[in-house]
Amino acid sequence: MTPAATSVREAPALPREHYLNVSYGWKSWLLTTDHKRIALLYLTSVTLMFAFGGTFAALIRLELLTPAGDLVQSETYNKLFTMHGVVMVFFFLIPSIPAVLGNFLIPLMIGAKDLAFPRLNLLSWYLYMIGAALGIFAMVRGGVDTGWTFYTPYSTVYSNTHVVSTALGAFVAGFSSILTGLNFIVTIHKMRAPGLTWFRLPLFVWAHYATSLIQILGTPVIALTLLLVALERVFHFGFFDPARGGDPVLFQHLFWFYSHPAVYIMILPAMGVISELVSCFSRKRIFGYSFVAMSSLAIAGLGFLVWGHHMFISGQSSYAGIVFSALSFLVAIPSAIKVFNWTATLYKGSISYETPMLYVFGFVGLFTIGGLTGLFLAAMGLDIHVTDTYFVVAHFHYIMVGGAIMAYLGGLHFWWPKITGRLYPEAWGRLSALLVFVGFNLTFSPQFILGYLGMPRRYHAYPDEFQVLNVLSSAGASILGVGYLLPLCYLIWSMRYGKVASANPWGAKGLEWQASSPPLTENFATQPVVNEPAYDYAAPEGEAAVV
Amino acid sequence: MSSAGEHHPALAHHFESLDNQKEAATLGMWAFLAQEVLFFGGLFLVYALYRNIYYPVFEASSHHLNWKLGAFNTAVLICSSLTMAMAVHAAALGHGRQAMGWLIATIVLGAAFLGVKVVEYHDKWTHGLVPGLHWGPPETVAEELHLSVADALHAQLYFSLYFAMTGLHALHMIIGMPILGWLAWHASRGRFGPEYHTPVEMTGLYWHFVDIIWIFLFPLLYLIGHH
Repeated sequence: MTPAATSVREAPALPREHYLNVSYGWKSWLLTTDHKRIALLYLTSVTLMFAFGGTFAALIRLELLTPAGDLVQSETYNKLFTMHGVVMVFFFLIPSIPAVLGNFLIPLMIGAKDLAFPRLNLLSWYLYMIGAALGIFAMVRGGVDTGWTFYTPYSTVYSNTHVVSTALGAFVAGFSSILTGLNFIVTIHKMRAPGLTWFRLPLFVWAHYATSLIQILGTPVIALTLLLVALERVFHFGFFDPARGGDPVLFQHLFWFYSHPAVYIMILPAMGVISELVSCFSRKRIFGYSFVAMSSLAIAGLGFLVWGHHMFISGQSSYAGIVFSALSFLVAIPSAIKVFNWTATLYKGSISYETPMLYVFGFVGLFTIGGLTGLFLAAMGLDIHVTDTYFVVAHFHYIMVGGAIMAYLGGLHFWWPKITGRLYPEAWGRLSALLVFVGFNLTFSPQFILGYLGMPRRYHAYPDEFQVLNVLSSAGASILGVGYLLPLCYLIWSMRYGKVASANPWGAKGLEWQASSPPLTENFATQPVVNEPAYDYAAPEGEAAVV
Repeated sequence: MSSAGEHHPALAHHFESLDNQKEAATLGMWAFLAQEVLFFGGLFLVYALYRNIYYPVFEASSHHLNWKLGAFNTAVLICSSLTMAMAVHAAALGHGRQAMGWLIATIVLGAAFLGVKVVEYHDKWTHGLVPGLHWGPPETVAEELHLSVADALHAQLYFSLYFAMTGLHALHMIIGMPILGWLAWHASRGRFGPEYHTPVEMTGLYWHFVDIIWIFLFPLLYLIGHH
């Protein structure tokens, strides 16, 4: 902790000029090409969408307090879980870490002035906003009830809700995601500072590189698929309609070809965040750097070969099922490599327990449970028993919420001083991390049991014997909600009243901590040069105090 | 930046040199084209599946397309790729007026392609073979395609694919042509030269890609059963 201590003694002041105060007015934000300002535009908009998605979740948990379907009717309930899924997947989880933290940090971490294509970056945000507007339009006009998976022929023939505008919203948001990934790949290839070789890159950057590959190669397929759903609904093309010779299972193949890798779009950046945090708060170089880096690429690659495990009961060939099952098991290997390497990094580290580190511990535990229950679901025999039950719901929430959102919050706290130039209140931060962890487990661990006992997902009423576990889950959700509201309040508060942060309040390694807090519009006053490996926490003190 | 001794107006502030900037643009364009391959790839998968299942229907429906018009359009597009390549070459030499001429020729050829497409689409419309908008009664379609009434139902899959694939392809050309026009305008004002002609080269990559998509679409849609 000595580097942090020295910087605290200097009584930091905000730099005279930084990216937040160079210009004012709405034009300077809505027409900005500064990756840091665009990151803040994304932060605002994904937070808003998270509030929408969270509200739907709250209504779902309220309905499930009692066995009878009494709060909402089944049609309304169908819309609630659909819109919860659509908003959280397409408009929150997929853009969250890459478009907010990745956008802000990748140029800083590699010593560049901006992303390779700044105007394209702004276009990505506008595309995201158009997509979100279409989604909100559909919600306001009465919603959509197909499930976030848009399964045919229900979505194309039978549903009389706003499928087309929702699908087009996800379609447009998809191009936002593609262009962000493209921007990251080119930036990481072409704009690294002198001396910053591939194997000196922060693992956050490696994780985003792997994520971007999925965004570029997977997203166009869902874009096309959703376009076909919309065309089929309007022009009755028949690709997915058995009455015209089409095959609904073809839709499922196309859908999951993207939507399984999409889970890795959510979790890989989260893993990148965890690698940064665990190393910083253990004061140690990450254990097995190259294995952690390569496991990101392995997860991205394998992720394209496992989509069939969503379709074990769809009528696909059981031989295909066996292959998909075996390939799905393989994903456990690079995932476990990461978990073991993070744990090994802790070993004999000088561990401290600031808020971001609490989120790391939460992430590692919850991701492990989510990952291991994934193996249950990859096993064909067991999967058939729990298909479409709450077991599946619990499993993917452990990955998406317990994993991705925990890391997002941990990362947001960790880089908050860099983003805003101010510190968040540590005690409140720790309290919220604890509430999120407790609330999350109370919400979703009962759902594993419910699912194993046979409670199906997507119903608004259930037999009396499931009530106790459902009440526990709803109680947990209310704690989780408080855990999410707290950071919203104190982080906004800290933007004005928080203590002024030094350039490197954590004493962390990485180029982003050499820039001022908040950074200049061009990020660095002079072009940084790298002459040490990543996470060189063992280096003598003198070298750390470059700033 | 001035430290590098370069003052080219096209050099963006966050790149160290024009070379660096061009490398970034090139990689970005190829990544974009990879994305495009996957985008069209989904449709090619749908095509492969249904052509396999309903081969006789696809063959009969394919015969309803005019392969001569398709072949003519293929030639037109290949020529437009040649004029595009000449435009890149002229821009790289700094011959602005020449580059403008080649770009306009590319636009004209693209427009000719789309014109033929309009003729073909109109023909399908008059025969009641446009799914969703103007699809004839089963008996008429069956007679038109020389198929049984039961098989004629599945012809809709073929024509849906025909319109989806050629429509998306045409949309890519419609997006490309104003960009070519914009380039022609800049070329005529002498903006491009040996050190900077990246936009022309990148648009060229895009145009060739759209051309290649058609090279695949032509045999797959027009020539089923022509051995």
